Amino acid sequence: MTENNELIRSSAATLAGKLAAREVSAVEVTQAHLDRIAAVDGKVHAFLHVNTDEALAVAAEVDAIRAAGGPAAQELHALAGVPIAVKDLIVTVGQPTTAGSKILEGWHSPYDATVVKRLRAAKMPILGKTNLDEFAMGSSTEHSAFGPTHNPWDLDRIPGGSGGGSAAAVAAFEAPLALGTDTGGSIRQPGAVTGTVGVKPTYGGVSRYGAIAMASSLDQIGPVSRTVLDSALLHQVIGGHDPHDSTSLPDPLEDLVAAASIGNVHGMRIGIIKELHGEGYQTGVENRFNESLELLKSAGAEIVEVSCPNFKYALGAYYLIMPSEASSNLAKFDGVRYGLRVLPEDGPMTIERVMGATRAAGFGDEVKRRIILGTYALSAGYYDAYYGSAQKVRTLIQRDFDAAFAKADVLISPTAPTTAFKLGEKLNDPLAMYLNDVATIPANMAGVPGLSLPGGLADEDGLPVGVQLLAPARQDARLYRVGAVLESLLEAQWGGPLLDRAPSLTEPSPGTPSLADPALNDTVASHGGSH
Amino acid sequence: MAAINRDDVAHLARLAHIEMSAEELDRMAGELAVIVESVKSVSEAAGEDVPATSHPIPLTNVFREDVVGHTFTAEQALSGAPDAYEGRFKVPAILDEG
Amino acid sequence: MSDATLSFEEAMEKYDPVLGFEVHVELNTKTKMFSSAPNVFGDEPNTNVNEVDLGMPGVLPVVNRTAIESSIKIGLALNCKIAETCRFARKNYFYPDTPKNFQTSQYDEPIAYDGYLDIELSDGTMFRVEIERAHMEEDAGKLTHMGGATGRIQGADYSLVDYNRSGVPLVEIVTKPIEGAGSRAPELAKAYVAAVREIVKNLGVSDAKMERGNVRCDANVSLRPHGRERFGIRSETKNVNSLRAVEHAVHYEIRRHAAVLDSGEPVIQETRHWHEDTRSTTSGRPKSDADDYRYFPEPDLVPIVASREWVEELRATLPEPPAARRKRLQAHWGYSDLEFRDVVNAGVMDEIEETIAAGATATVARKWWMGEIVGRAKIADVDPGQLGVAPATIVELNTMVEDGKINNKMATEVLDGVLAGEGTPAEIVAKRGLAVVSDDGPLLEAIDAALAAQPGVADKIRGGKLQAIGAIVGGVMKATRGQADAGRVRELILERLGVEG
Repeated sequence: MTENNELIRSSAATLAGKLAAREVSAVEVTQAHLDRIAAVDGKVHAFLHVNTDEALAVAAEVDAIRAAGGPAAQELHALAGVPIAVKDLIVTVGQPTTAGSKILEGWHSPYDATVVKRLRAAKMPILGKTNLDEFAMGSSTEHSAFGPTHNPWDLDRIPGGSGGGSAAAVAAFEAPLALGTDTGGSIRQPGAVTGTVGVKPTYGGVSRYGAIAMASSLDQIGPVSRTVLDSALLHQVIGGHDPHDSTSLPDPLEDLVAAASIGNVHGMRIGIIKELHGEGYQTGVENRFNESLELLKSAGAEIVEVSCPNFKYALGAYYLIMPSEASSNLAKFDGVRYGLRVLPEDGPMTIERVMGATRAAGFGDEVKRRIILGTYALSAGYYDAYYGSAQKVRTLIQRDFDAAFAKADVLISPTAPTTAFKLGEKLNDPLAMYLNDVATIPANMAGVPGLSLPGGLADEDGLPVGVQLLAPARQDARLYRVGAVLESLLEAQWGGPLLDRAPSLTEPSPGTPSLADPALNDTVASHGGSH
Repeated sequence: MAAINRDDVAHLARLAHIEMSAEELDRMAGELAVIVESVKSVSEAAGEDVPATSHPIPLTNVFREDVVGHTFTAEQALSGAPDAYEGRFKVPAILDEG
Repeated sequence: MSDATLSFEEAMEKYDPVLGFEVHVELNTKTKMFSSAPNVFGDEPNTNVNEVDLGMPGVLPVVNRTAIESSIKIGLALNCKIAETCRFARKNYFYPDTPKNFQTSQYDEPIAYDGYLDIELSDGTMFRVEIERAHMEEDAGKLTHMGGATGRIQGADYSLVDYNRSGVPLVEIVTKPIEGAGSRAPELAKAYVAAVREIVKNLGVSDAKMERGNVRCDANVSLRPHGRERFGIRSETKNVNSLRAVEHAVHYEIRRHAAVLDSGEPVIQETRHWHEDTRSTTSGRPKSDADDYRYFPEPDLVPIVASREWVEELRATLPEPPAARRKRLQAHWGYSDLEFRDVVNAGVMDEIEETIAAGATATVARKWWMGEIVGRAKIADVDPGQLGVAPATIVELNTMVEDGKINNKMATEVLDGVLAGEGTPAEIVAKRGLAVVSDDGPLLEAIDAALAAQPGVADKIRGGKLQAIGAIVGGVMKATRGQADAGRVRELILERLGVEG
């Protein structure tokens, strides 16, 4: 158990080293994580599906190749045998893909997403599919049709969203790595509230092929991990040009691992965005943010202040562009070719009515809200005022970034205005929920890369705070350079990783209510049991 | 911009092919009115001269060569279909006419 | 059920028609517009598809370069301007043949715009049709309506969907309103669609087979009282998929609109469906506020920039334009203006070219197509090229005639046999026992008998009245049941009577 505890708490980089040195087998590593899932996921509910057999088979294959030696062993990817969890918005052959929605319940994709193909090529065992807000629409994972995910720091609290499952899986040591998708902060905000690292790459830096689209011009797949270096390692597996995605950048991938290993920020200009801190931000968040600034300054960075006056329109513009694109992207879920079909209870049985009944039953409230809002924003007579104007705001936001990056190499802000709130607290107030993304949305609007890393615990509630770094488009390497330095400065101060302070989840804790979802227990019991 | 009302939502729900009960329409109209009000500033933010940005990173002329790639068998194509008949997807009548 | 109509003449007396056409051309690229699945007609349902064509969750489109180049070529051949930058847009509507429930199309930025096409009518009149735009889009899947009485969408119990056609590249060519055609409107409609079909076929960018839906026409018709400038309300007739149907549909709609206007009712702006069997249209879905397509720029595709160099490169590859080709073919074949115009109007120019290529002379090819096949096509009410006569059949028939194996009368009989599906000309000749009697023995017997039967005629011939010979020839032909070579019979009669021919 101690050994397993060490395996599950190791970073991906450490596991990769041990696997390469054959100190541990890939099957042992994978099994340790499957055991951990079986032990804690009843409480956390990070997974919608656990992929036990396939994950162990891939791990065994890696072990066999290593054991045989020779060129095949030499050619193994550095992360071969390091297991990973995949957000259930990304399609996978051999496992169901639900997008957190009833409308896709039980659907199996006949094709793999490009990023999944790359994980398979690297022979990384896929542990399973993680929970999310339905179609990635939300900031709390409460909008999942299959029940919420719980924050490992406090099971009564949200793990962020939409990628709460991936962040919680990594924070709860159920996986060393995970894939997320980020349309308005769905990788970074869950990272912030669970004390983990999450990166939204430059738009086009990672192929979107096989990520079920919410808002095509904003969506981006990215890494979720516990360390900055691990994200860099994973980013290098999944990144780079894909001919199946017309918006994929043709540029060769930078050496992000090298950037994470530079180890200094001397002379770098780091810009505080005036509009993304202060009023509206929780005191503890603000305090930890200021500490990070001090640490960077002490490490030789130059702290400058920049202003992005048009960011105040970003949230509004986002809530026009995102639902507009989503309303169109989600039209395909109609009960004709795949997924749920619901017949109308009475009246004529036409396909129109079947579509209407299917979508009524298959989509949750938040999805419907966004589809209706997007339909409104695109409809005749409103396009110019809404969608058209929002696209212009996008230009203004890009100009703000251009001006800011003329003064600073990297921008910095808190990732989210608050720490994790209670489950249910904002569920009936869509607008309050949307405000969680105020600091993360500008990056999606402009396509620039962003990274969130743990900045410590807030004084008032002892919950994790996230620090966000932003870099110019195609300069993702800068995030890893600065992120890795800040991480090591903070960890030196804390005397170890922040997650060392999180509850173990396996010791009985009288204050923890029983939150296990029976459906999930079923999944875990049937797929995740120890072998 | 006029406030969004119940009839608007009913029309939008028809366009979006989502059946909604009267109670749902009322609730949605209330929620959307709040959201629409909050995004109103967007339409006044940018002047006439500001161009629209549809893609965050500008690319042009991304093409595929005209070379045949993989296809599914009919069985694969229909594997997730709610209803199928003789290699095709089966759907209820399109028109409501006797 | 059926709509009231006025006679065409009466309609023309009272009203002035305005036309408009949307012609969809399916490109013959190897793969689809946005996916690498094959663009092939008529395979097993749902086998020429991959995840993109089925609109599976997570898929993304990638544009086919050849489809763009074909579209630019069409634009150039229609004398259009080619947009320096253009984009795709999503046209959002739910329909089960549209897998994403939006069609990826072009909206406010078509790849080609502002062109024209000069159309030659049957009497040689030239008529310029202005082209508003030619834009790219993807085809939908194919719905088959099952149950009910007619196989039509009305009354069907359920429908089956085959997505093989889903994503096939289309170019939609849209005209500006066509005014001033008057009573020539139906003819112009047919000639315009024929010209577009000819252009895309000539460019090699489409198989251009209307019967396969490679070229499909939606015809807009409106009427206004003579002298009024404002257009009337139009109907859009869909599913008009042969040249003759285009002509008939415009003809019918003019008569129907006229009757509606005469009754004092407003014309309803609507989609009409063309029915070849009844040669009439029926009302489709009325156009209403529900048609809010919520177009917006396709975020999954990036803009297309057609550099002037690229456009000029493509222009340099364009084949000879059809009008120039016609001039060349006429000169080459040696047809008079009238003969050639008849050939063009009958729609058999390509067929004659193919027949000549198969080995016939220009005269023989024209004789067969214009003399025999066009008439039969008219009776069968199909385009002559679709009657089922292969160029090789004509060459075979003609060779038999020239070799004296059969005569012209027999040849037409054999042609009917070919059309009835009885086999090749050689097989039919054998089966029916058709052969020219060329042995002089039986012929001489018949001639002697005929001369003996009409001694007065024989005397006239001997006296130099050669025109009287027809009566004897006729007698011989009758006796041999038409199997004699009439020329040879004449020679033998003259020989028998010792008269110089």
